[in-house]
Amino acid sequence: MSLNIVVLAKQVPDTRNVGKDAMKEDGTINRAALPAIFNPEDLNALEQALRIKDANPGTTVTLLTMGLPRASEIIREAMMRGADGGIVLTDRVLGGADTLATSYSLAQAVKKIGNYDLILGGRQAIDGDTAQVGPQIAEKLGLPQVTYAEDILEISNGHIVVKRRLENGVETVKAPLPCVVTVNGSAPDCRPRNAMRLMRFKYATSQSEQAKLPEQIKEIVAKRPELTIREWSAADVDADPEQIGMPGSPTKVKNIVNVVFTAKESRRLDNDDESLEGLVKELLANHTIG
Amino acid sequence: MANFYIDNPDLRHHLNHPLMQKIVELKERNYSDAAKYDYAPMDFADAMDSYDKVLEIVGDICGGTIADNAEGVDHDGPKVENGRVIYAPGTQENLELCRKAGLMGMAMPRRLGGLNFPITPYIMAADIVSRADTGFENLWGLQDCAETIYEFADEDQKQRYIPRVCKGETMSMDLTEPDAGSDLQSVMLKATQKPDGSWVLNGVKRFITNGDSDIHLVLARSEEGTRDGRGLSMFIYDKRNGGVDVRRIENKMGIKGSPTCELTYKNAPAELVGSRRMGLIKYVMALMNGARLGIAAQSVGVSERAYREALAYAKDRKQFGKAIIEFPAVSEMLSVMKAKLDASRALLYETARFVDIYKIYEDIAKERSLSADERKEMKHYSKLADACTPLVKGMGSEYCNQNAYDSIQIHGGSGFMKDYACERVYRDARITSIYEGTTQLQVVAAIRHVTTGTYLAMIRDYEAQPVREDLQWIKDILIGLTAQYETAVAAVAAVNDTAYTDFMARRMVEMAGNIIMSYLLLSDAERNQDFTRSAGVYCKLAQSEVARHAEFIAAFNPSQLDLYKAE
Repeated sequence: MSLNIVVLAKQVPDTRNVGKDAMKEDGTINRAALPAIFNPEDLNALEQALRIKDANPGTTVTLLTMGLPRASEIIREAMMRGADGGIVLTDRVLGGADTLATSYSLAQAVKKIGNYDLILGGRQAIDGDTAQVGPQIAEKLGLPQVTYAEDILEISNGHIVVKRRLENGVETVKAPLPCVVTVNGSAPDCRPRNAMRLMRFKYATSQSEQAKLPEQIKEIVAKRPELTIREWSAADVDADPEQIGMPGSPTKVKNIVNVVFTAKESRRLDNDDESLEGLVKELLANHTIG
Repeated sequence: MANFYIDNPDLRHHLNHPLMQKIVELKERNYSDAAKYDYAPMDFADAMDSYDKVLEIVGDICGGTIADNAEGVDHDGPKVENGRVIYAPGTQENLELCRKAGLMGMAMPRRLGGLNFPITPYIMAADIVSRADTGFENLWGLQDCAETIYEFADEDQKQRYIPRVCKGETMSMDLTEPDAGSDLQSVMLKATQKPDGSWVLNGVKRFITNGDSDIHLVLARSEEGTRDGRGLSMFIYDKRNGGVDVRRIENKMGIKGSPTCELTYKNAPAELVGSRRMGLIKYVMALMNGARLGIAAQSVGVSERAYREALAYAKDRKQFGKAIIEFPAVSEMLSVMKAKLDASRALLYETARFVDIYKIYEDIAKERSLSADERKEMKHYSKLADACTPLVKGMGSEYCNQNAYDSIQIHGGSGFMKDYACERVYRDARITSIYEGTTQLQVVAAIRHVTTGTYLAMIRDYEAQPVREDLQWIKDILIGLTAQYETAVAAVAAVNDTAYTDFMARRMVEMAGNIIMSYLLLSDAERNQDFTRSAGVYCKLAQSEVARHAEFIAAFNPSQLDLYKAE
């Protein structure tokens, strides 16, 4: 059984080792001071995809990322780790997107890729920590979703069996394919870059990067189509200009403050409308939100 | 997470040595593989970029998982169940990681599944791995047994075994026996040829590193009735065939993750490698030279680790109101540690480059006949490699022990506790000056290069290189040391007695080593300002060491030899 797997990935500032200059005065991230890395949980997702590929020859693993043109770096890295190739969705008009606009843009790109059996992504990115993009993509594509995945136990006959890591234990669920699975950081680490693959794919570049390559390398890249990382614009994925970038993002950042967590205890709510409504009312009342 | 390649700029300095251009061009046969393999380099810059990036993977894995696992591996160690070795969980994870990263069979040609790396970047990887986990470096580093198969086995054997090593199967070299340690001529493991021409092995091997490996190189007595090295042949034993069991593993002081096995061979089927009777005198000698360079790399990795642990502690630990690094006694120790580290590393890569050039010529000679100039060059570098290998193994391993000792000393009482890595480093260091030939045996291999003048010729070559003005004082000292060395060697030669030469051998070999390593650091400082301090510190160390030996030799009366006969 061969499958077509799309792995959603994001290039993020490395917020794990932050120095003093990591934040700007206005409270936003100083991206220039932090190295750009492959979002850690997206690597967990990539590993799950590569395991499926190992077990099912003929399976393709395609990375999809939205970001600046330099996000091709993580696709190159993924190829060195075992992925087949990838696409960078990059366009000025996509900038400033919140999770709604991001998930719309990525969903459009997934539709254009088409013919997918499984969409994998990390649970959340370490720069935003929202964990919303994966689930929103599933909604927009009308697909089932499995979140907090720790292990893919089985994939066959049009369904997938996934072990989920939840707060109080694990849960095993079965979903039909195609579906969206977001992978937890407790899943196995991604395999390292492979030396031979590194040498094979080190010149894998996006079209905009290729323009800057020395002639000799341009020739090599021209001869080997697998070395081209596709770059798609908003127009390439037929994105509605009103639903992308700033116009498509209802989230408006009013201001950002440094918060030191002081809460000593947590409270558990039942998963029903009544409890949620009660909480929202309480938060409104004490001016936490609104 | 640290990257053990990126965080150590000295490595890039050595990788980018000017001689690499020649090495890579020879190794890549003018980049002809680029047409056949999509991962082969198209030119020198491309090849160097690949080495650099692959070493970055090595550094990443080592600075992360392998270093993190080292303490657990040291604690858990391997065990034996039903005649089979089970590695510590951390070791299993390390091996799997190295396999996935494709770091096995690095120096093997592409047609057999390897990366076709020269020895120099491969040795650099060994240096990095050893810093992370010295015992694990053994398991990983035994891949260079494949070199022996590549050099001496037939094409069919190469095709069957080398790709397996490149995919990550492990190797061992089964040489030592209870009564044949340093003296391998006494090997008794019996190889018997059956009527159909195939061979079986019977007997016992002891102290075999990674003795439950997938593919073994075995030294055995194929010629019945013989007693010396000329009756020994080399065999390949494939674990898939069965017949060799692990009777026990040793409980060692250090490198505890590396299983040291006692093996029993019961009619174990084996294949002859190359020609009968050449096992020890040709193949094991070649194997040992490669292994000695590997131990030298391992030693440098230990020195690096010992120095870094000490440096970090000295900066962190405050006594009498300031960090202890600010006390001159500690500061001096750290400077000397770094100088010994830099000196042994400089000699390590110089040796690796010599080995590279002559081995590549040997390989080219299998494809076409070499020109007279090429043959001359091959012989020249072969001789230099032969001279430098025991020097760097001998002195490099002693230095790493000294650094491991000083690392604990700088830690003070805390260093004596199990809480700090320096304690493990100290235990791991201890074997380096023993296995693959003790320091004393390295001296035996090196002394002829004192008496025949190889070292002096090397020194003269280095002396001919111009140096920056600010380094001239070092060179002036070295010229003086060379004169002392020559006087000492002449004085020993004048006695004209082998026993006397043997008695003075280590002193003379070390003098040569001190001067050679000083010159190498001088040349490093010439290329890179960062080495200036180490060049100075090591030269001062060399000055006192050479003077000590020179004085001992000058003031010695051969009649005093009897004083040193232990009873």
